[in-house]
Amino acid sequence: MSLAETQQTAARHIPDRLTTPLARTFKSWESLLLLVAIGIFILNSFASPYFLNAWNLSDATFNFTEKAMIAFAMALLIIAGEIDLSVASIIALSSTAMGVVMQAGFGTPAIVATGLVTGLLCGAFNGVLVTRLGLPSIVVTIGTMSLFRGISYIVLGDGAFRGYPSEFAWFGQGYVVWVITVELTIFAILAVIYAVVLHKTNFGRAVYAIGNNATAATFSGIRVERVKFILFLLTGLMAGLASVCLTSRLGSTRPSIASGMELEVVTMVVLGGVSILGGSGSIPGVVIAAFVMGLVTFGLGLLNVPGIVMSIVVGALLIGVIALPRIYQNLRRS
Amino acid sequence: MKKLTKLLTTAAIATGLFAGAASAEDMRIALVVKALGIGFFEAAAKGAEEAASELGDVEIIYTGPTDTTAEGQIEVINSLIAQNVDAIAVSANDTDALVPTLKKAMQRGITVISWDSGVAEEGRQMHLNPSSNPLIGNMIIKLAADELPEGGQVAVLSATTTSTNQNIWIDEMNKVMSNYPGVEVVATVYGDDLADKSYREATGLMQSYPDLDAIIAPTSVGIVAAAQAVVDAGKVGQVNVTGLGLPSEMAGAIESGASKSFAIWNPIDLGYSATMIAYHLSKGDAVAEPGASIPMGRMGEVTLDETNSGAMADPFVYDASNIADFKDIF
Repeated sequence: MSLAETQQTAARHIPDRLTTPLARTFKSWESLLLLVAIGIFILNSFASPYFLNAWNLSDATFNFTEKAMIAFAMALLIIAGEIDLSVASIIALSSTAMGVVMQAGFGTPAIVATGLVTGLLCGAFNGVLVTRLGLPSIVVTIGTMSLFRGISYIVLGDGAFRGYPSEFAWFGQGYVVWVITVELTIFAILAVIYAVVLHKTNFGRAVYAIGNNATAATFSGIRVERVKFILFLLTGLMAGLASVCLTSRLGSTRPSIASGMELEVVTMVVLGGVSILGGSGSIPGVVIAAFVMGLVTFGLGLLNVPGIVMSIVVGALLIGVIALPRIYQNLRRS
Repeated sequence: MKKLTKLLTTAAIATGLFAGAASAEDMRIALVVKALGIGFFEAAAKGAEEAASELGDVEIIYTGPTDTTAEGQIEVINSLIAQNVDAIAVSANDTDALVPTLKKAMQRGITVISWDSGVAEEGRQMHLNPSSNPLIGNMIIKLAADELPEGGQVAVLSATTTSTNQNIWIDEMNKVMSNYPGVEVVATVYGDDLADKSYREATGLMQSYPDLDAIIAPTSVGIVAAAQAVVDAGKVGQVNVTGLGLPSEMAGAIESGASKSFAIWNPIDLGYSATMIAYHLSKGDAVAEPGASIPMGRMGEVTLDETNSGAMADPFVYDASNIADFKDIF
């Protein structure tokens, strides 16, 4: 028997999945969402003469960049079966801490470090309560949502911190090249990092495993509590980073900063195809969802659609994108 | 008949086209409010539309965020900059947070003014206050004195002892007391802007000064509580409650007669004036600089102080004749 013959028999095709990778890609959530994004882009270009303009599109990215930074970490957290509703309040507290440091006369590096460290500490606080005391994360973070912002209100009252150094404005108002903003660049770098971490590392596999079955994950030797704690830290850190960007963009701090942003972040994650029950989802999905939300709000803004109608559209979009594949499946089955 | 319909349709389409062409050259003024769905701002939008139809070649874009957040307003302003509107008139949710975005708007040649709730000086060309402290101080005593041609005793029911606005208005009122001979302020009490405490203080005033003719409450909480106290004490007709209040909350007091009149800024006039100012600044026939006067149509002129802000007018007086029109607005 020649070598070629052996190879031929060994090459007999035994399918290890029901659909081919190509077909799976086409049927995936991400491609559906990408179609929606392209559709919205085309609709917007026809609806308003101001849409296809590099500077306007660049301004539009501010509608989602800060939220998306948090959404990446939130996606991992939700995939692992937990949630953090305190992110917007972490932004407020980080921003307040940065204001205190700024007033004490420190420069931009110290201000930025303070923002990030405050976020990290808030994340650690949530993480300890959830993983050490075994409390449900939704309860813990609803509590810290009031707690963190409450501290900001105590420090600031109805006042404001203003007068951040001009170099500090770079984060939220600066451009890297041409129309590419600093925030958009941070967003892009984070997207790559999170995609690699979630999809190409053991840590990422552990996150999925925990979300699907935490008990099974424990018995497979995954240190479940530690992974969850790290995810809370990450989410806190991202909120701190978003706080640096937002504070820099606004050039001032008020305790009401970023109010209500937590729900927009969760919306972005869910729209990106992450199961709210945990266990599934992807970073590319979240990236596309960020663009979809940014394009929808900006496009409607150009048409001067009132904000109330805009939130109805975003809500309908969310339900529609989630319900359509389910309805399609049911139809095919019957 | 069919021909006629066709002709009419063609005419209608043609008019539509012409209207479309005309509106392309219209000046677009954006009225940005703290949040949509608030009666006060809906009324301001009405005023802006009134100014637009008076001017003729103006299109009003009435817009704002869903919640009263600075971030929401920035998104709205960004989309207005993208549309290259001619002017933005904003009632700001945050004095400072809007500055970077509004600066960008001004750099792109957009006229930016603030009204009602102002923006820091570097973020706007001028700010329109609904009224000024001297005008308010004078108005609250005038409202009481007008009902007392023979003179009489009045008392002030304020908010807290440390309320900056109320203290300034009372100071301004005391400065002009000489213009109202025979009217005497017998006491100033503080209800802390709490309904129950204000009520008790008002009742106390009527017991301590049996001949009291009027209670002046320059606070929207105090004026409602005082009116209730007068009704409960059976002194309607003897003690007149006046000051600053909201039409929606004061409608009952006007009906019962406990209050003959009160004042507050008129949002319709405010929206109207802001639009007029934005129009003239954008058109270039007025400039925003300290000491300058800018025309505001039927509201006269506004004169700017050294911070480029100006006061629109006296607070607007509400009484039995007009309360019905305003009580549903704010």
